[in-house]
Amino acid sequence: MSNVVTIKRGVNIDLVGETNPELGTPHSISTAALKPSDFQGVRFKLSVKEGDEVKAGSPLLYNKDVEAMKFCSPVSGEVVAIVRGAQRRILEVRVLADKKTKFEDFGAVDPHSIDRDAVIEKMLQSGVWPMLKQRPYNVAANPEITPKAIFISGFDTAPLAPDMGIILEGQEKEFQAGVDALAKLTDGPVHLGLSESKPTGKTLASVRGVKVTKYKGPHPAGLVGVHIHHLDPIDKGEHVWTIAPEHVVILGHLFLTGTYNARTVVALSGKEINERRYIQTVIGACVKELLENNLSDDVPVRIISGNVLTGTKIEEDGYMGFYERQITAIREGVEPELFGWLIPKPNKFSISRALPSWFMRQLGQVKYDLDTNNHGEHRAFVVSGEYEKVFPFDIFPVQLLKAILNEDIDAMEKLGLYELVEEDFALCEVVCTSKINVQNIVRDGLNLLRSEVG
Amino acid sequence: MKALHQFVDNNVHPLFKEGSKLEKYWPVYDGFYTFLFTPGHPADGKAHIRDGVDLKRTMNTVITALIPTLLFGMWNVGYHHFNAIGIDAIFFEQFLFGAIKVIPMVMVSYGVGLGIEFLFCVIKGHQIEEGYLVSGMLIPLIMPVDLPLWMLALSVAFAVIIGKEVFGGTGMNIFNPALLARAFAFFAYPTYMSGDKVWINTTGTEGMMAVDGFSGATALGDYATTGVSQYSALDAFIGIIPGSVGETSVIAIMLGAGLLLFTGIASWRIMLSAVVGGVVMGLIFNAVAPFALSAEQEAFMAVPFWQQLVMGGFAFGVVYMATDPVSGSQTDTGKYVYGFLIGFLSIMIRVFNPAYPEGVMLAILFMNTMAPLVDHYVIQANIKKREQRLALKTATA
Repeated sequence: MSNVVTIKRGVNIDLVGETNPELGTPHSISTAALKPSDFQGVRFKLSVKEGDEVKAGSPLLYNKDVEAMKFCSPVSGEVVAIVRGAQRRILEVRVLADKKTKFEDFGAVDPHSIDRDAVIEKMLQSGVWPMLKQRPYNVAANPEITPKAIFISGFDTAPLAPDMGIILEGQEKEFQAGVDALAKLTDGPVHLGLSESKPTGKTLASVRGVKVTKYKGPHPAGLVGVHIHHLDPIDKGEHVWTIAPEHVVILGHLFLTGTYNARTVVALSGKEINERRYIQTVIGACVKELLENNLSDDVPVRIISGNVLTGTKIEEDGYMGFYERQITAIREGVEPELFGWLIPKPNKFSISRALPSWFMRQLGQVKYDLDTNNHGEHRAFVVSGEYEKVFPFDIFPVQLLKAILNEDIDAMEKLGLYELVEEDFALCEVVCTSKINVQNIVRDGLNLLRSEVG
Repeated sequence: MKALHQFVDNNVHPLFKEGSKLEKYWPVYDGFYTFLFTPGHPADGKAHIRDGVDLKRTMNTVITALIPTLLFGMWNVGYHHFNAIGIDAIFFEQFLFGAIKVIPMVMVSYGVGLGIEFLFCVIKGHQIEEGYLVSGMLIPLIMPVDLPLWMLALSVAFAVIIGKEVFGGTGMNIFNPALLARAFAFFAYPTYMSGDKVWINTTGTEGMMAVDGFSGATALGDYATTGVSQYSALDAFIGIIPGSVGETSVIAIMLGAGLLLFTGIASWRIMLSAVVGGVVMGLIFNAVAPFALSAEQEAFMAVPFWQQLVMGGFAFGVVYMATDPVSGSQTDTGKYVYGFLIGFLSIMIRVFNPAYPEGVMLAILFMNTMAPLVDHYVIQANIKKREQRLALKTATA
């Protein structure tokens, strides 16, 4: 029997626009891109120039500090554009995809038969390494460190979250191989968190060599940070790596076939997407083909690579983020609202009962059609006890945020910033009466802590 | 709605935008604009959806919760007035008289307070914040009805400037601004803030002499000086006793408390533990009453503990002032301690110090000072837990 951990503090925000549980046909990818902004704390160098031909798995970029760490092309084809922003910072490296993908061959090998260093080397050169994220700091893992454990969350509780069972369907062999490789990387266990209530799908249910823990309760029960906090919290000097299950599949594929196959399934979600389904594509795919003639055109729409809590706003012809498994489109909330603070409108979400959303829930309204409006202006911290309702950590969120704003390294350490990343605070940001951009503050804090402590 | 917005956008907005003549007064325009419209600003952080509640909504809910006490206070002012001058009056007359007395207080409070806030925002170039909306309603409710309006205005100015703006505005203040206004008036003009002449308006109608010698002491004042009161506990519960405008009726306050607790805007932890603190102190007094130094004190100490809760400003302070999230304790555990001590000290001060029958004001202001300390220890306990965990790990490693 696996353990069950109950998460009490949190909230499920049910939005209209769920993805239909059907897998669409694989679509042809025109271009795909790597976006350095997806990877925190890495200084990038280019490995290619415009016009170069690359295969899937050929390095496009590498880490200046750890040169072995490559960031590889998800498709084969021609490097068509290297987009730079202010101060010549690299924003995107775009590759025009071939009709038939050619793969770089890294050699198939059974992870059991090679040692840790060989596993690491294979992962580094093939571009799957950055899928491992490291806490503290939420950065690409440092291969010179041995983490005390590796955590995988096998379910997603965010609003409009995709069903991992569909995303991982039929990938049992790959997932198992990936887990076997991960087991080589840590002295401790590989943890897999599953939902206590939702079916997990065959891939996750059948895997061996992991320590399974089940979680019960509202979002953020599915966040890997919550799992870490309840099983094996991170203290100063300790490291934990995390990886998404769909990335474990890609990792397993590398060991089974010797290729970097960036194929993955993403969910199209959100009310403003007409045909919402699961689609087979590759990491970093251009969303243009996915959304063409598939967006409602009577309202301004925000397209998000990722979910509505932590995703990144992208353009209609933008590219999926490296770590994202869904694309969400919701209405952009640019309409001013007469006496918006006074007139209670049912279609607003709130954890407070100062709005009728609580009442509507009692009446049976369970899903919200939310837009991106801020519903107010930025203020200083005023209301207390609000974040704590949706923050299932034994940590004081407001005090920690104030420590970050004060740039007080000592207080950040003591108050527990080592355990946390931006997404753990996402619900705090949503419920904040003062509309404080909490996740940006957390990112600044992590950057500062990393630069000072290392 | 669209037309109104377009009108504002086309005709008013250009007057205040950057580079225009009235640019300096942008915060004032913005204040009014955002009062009228929730702006069409989309979320600019990492989260793409936001809770529908903002500070305006929060403050508005507190003001709604104050309305029962305001209305009851208006009636109560009139009721006691006509009672004192010995004229029979119907409900409507009583209410009207009270309204004529109280509404100017509210207007002065908001006028002066918001005026100063606007001024500071224009100087700082900041947006106007909502903090004063609640303070502005609280201040007239915790003042005696006969307080001259200029004193009220001075108290408000003191509270807003020294209590809030010098610290950086809404969310930054150390003390509850409304209580600071009361404390200012209390110490600057003690004769207008205590005793037995200020709580009931006894000015007759034109041509009549002011009624002399009518004792309008509050129940607390009675107990503190004589050890008995002409008012029963039921009177105090209903609220037909003299006192500050809004503080008398426990029923009205409970209505407000109900709304604040239901919406979750006020902390139930603070309210509950403050009541518990008051009960505990009341029980202690009941137990030690025989050892009191004087007969009056003994009688006051012997007042049943539950009766202490319905007298004076205790209920009002606990429900509306102690629960101020900015000046109160921020941590959940700290809120229990903070609330408990407010209740405990309120009753202690009122019984032990006859000069300050209104203990709750001083108790809350004192605990405002102590709240960061309480939080400090709560947070240190959390930090210590983490340190011990680390120490344990290094010891076994």
